[in-house]
Amino acid sequence: MQSRRFLLASAPALLAAIPMAQAQQPATVTIDDHDYAPRELRVAPGTKVVWNNKDDTPHNVVSTDNPRAFRSRILDTDEVFEFTFASPGTYSYYCSLHPHMQGRIVVG
Amino acid sequence: MRKDDTPNQDRRHALECMLWGGSGLLWTVAGGVPRSSLLGTPEAHAQSAQGGFSFVHISDTHLGFNMAPNPDPTVTLQESLERAKSFRPAMMLHTGDVTHLSRPGEFDRAAQIINATGIETHYAPGEHDVVEDDGKDFFQRFPQGARTGGFYSFDQAGVHFICLNNVTNLQAGKMGMIGAQQLHFLEQDLSARSASTPIVVFAHIPLWVVHEPWGWGTEDSAQLLRLLARFGSVTVLNGHIHQTMQKVEGHVAFHTGMSTAFPQPAPGSRPSAGPIRDLPPGELRKLLGVNRVTRVQNQAALAVVSSPLEG
Ligand SMILES: [Cu+2]
Repeated sequence: MQSRRFLLASAPALLAAIPMAQAQQPATVTIDDHDYAPRELRVAPGTKVVWNNKDDTPHNVVSTDNPRAFRSRILDTDEVFEFTFASPGTYSYYCSLHPHMQGRIVVG
Repeated sequence: MRKDDTPNQDRRHALECMLWGGSGLLWTVAGGVPRSSLLGTPEAHAQSAQGGFSFVHISDTHLGFNMAPNPDPTVTLQESLERAKSFRPAMMLHTGDVTHLSRPGEFDRAAQIINATGIETHYAPGEHDVVEDDGKDFFQRFPQGARTGGFYSFDQAGVHFICLNNVTNLQAGKMGMIGAQQLHFLEQDLSARSASTPIVVFAHIPLWVVHEPWGWGTEDSAQLLRLLARFGSVTVLNGHIHQTMQKVEGHVAFHTGMSTAFPQPAPGSRPSAGPIRDLPPGELRKLLGVNRVTRVQNQAALAVVSSPLEG
């Protein structure tokens, strides 16, 4: 887990250095204090998004689309969920344990 | 209990509820007027000792939680069950979040510890129990509501008990939800009952709006209250918010119970509803515990007394 956190933390630096590699670098949503940060994340098609639960409460990541585009298992503290967004569009999601927690990924 | 109800007031309308606060006071609420007496006084003793039928309300055991302020909730669960046993209850209601992460080992440990008390226990699911695989692991161990997806009713000692599931299929941005299927079941279930039957409704998320920004309420609770309106004594028992809260509305008394694992902040008092981590030493057990519920003869409302592990 420690090495994974290090990789994620270094991702923005890599992005700045090699802009062409943008689609290959994962983007991160941090879950903490019963919230997704950022609540809206813009990424290029093909980007892998990683949700990282830093809260001391379990949360999950559930697409609101019908049918659901993605759904994580329950994420305990320091657990992550990954999903790669192939197609452009706006993907809204929420935490089905704490439904007031909402976010979206804008792919385009 | 109280003998000074105003003469023109139907006893059924004199809803009374009691709770012990951490301060060691026994509160009696009659007609909306709270009165207190010190624990250990004859008056307090008389108020708590009356009545034949009593049961325990336990909630939010969260086995699997392992952080501040409580690294081992199995210990505080066992202490809570010792307290429960000391009341010699006829049975126990568990209003959900048996586990923290819906994992099979957590369910097994909870079932093992609670079954060891020998107290017959009825479970309502919490969202932490049924978040994965439609609650397969929850209903396997606690099959009472398995056929319906979590709701059922039963009768004991002249009281009609209804378990509701308001934690499945929660919608983005919304609070708890009972749903049309359960409301239909309720309508049929209640139609055969006389208005004088005491009703106890238990479910995980509060069946009234405690704090909407944190989702602490139930979207369609008004429809539930309409179905319950003709009954003279309705007691609603909920968990989810890890603290005691009471409200009386007409003939309906709402109570929440403490968790046996960790306390959560008062509504809106902190940025989020997560566990209170920074408790001063010695404070944890004042905020954990169970509810004791007693049917007092000649009183319509059931007495609900909260009993913290310490203080
Ligand atoms: Cu959540």
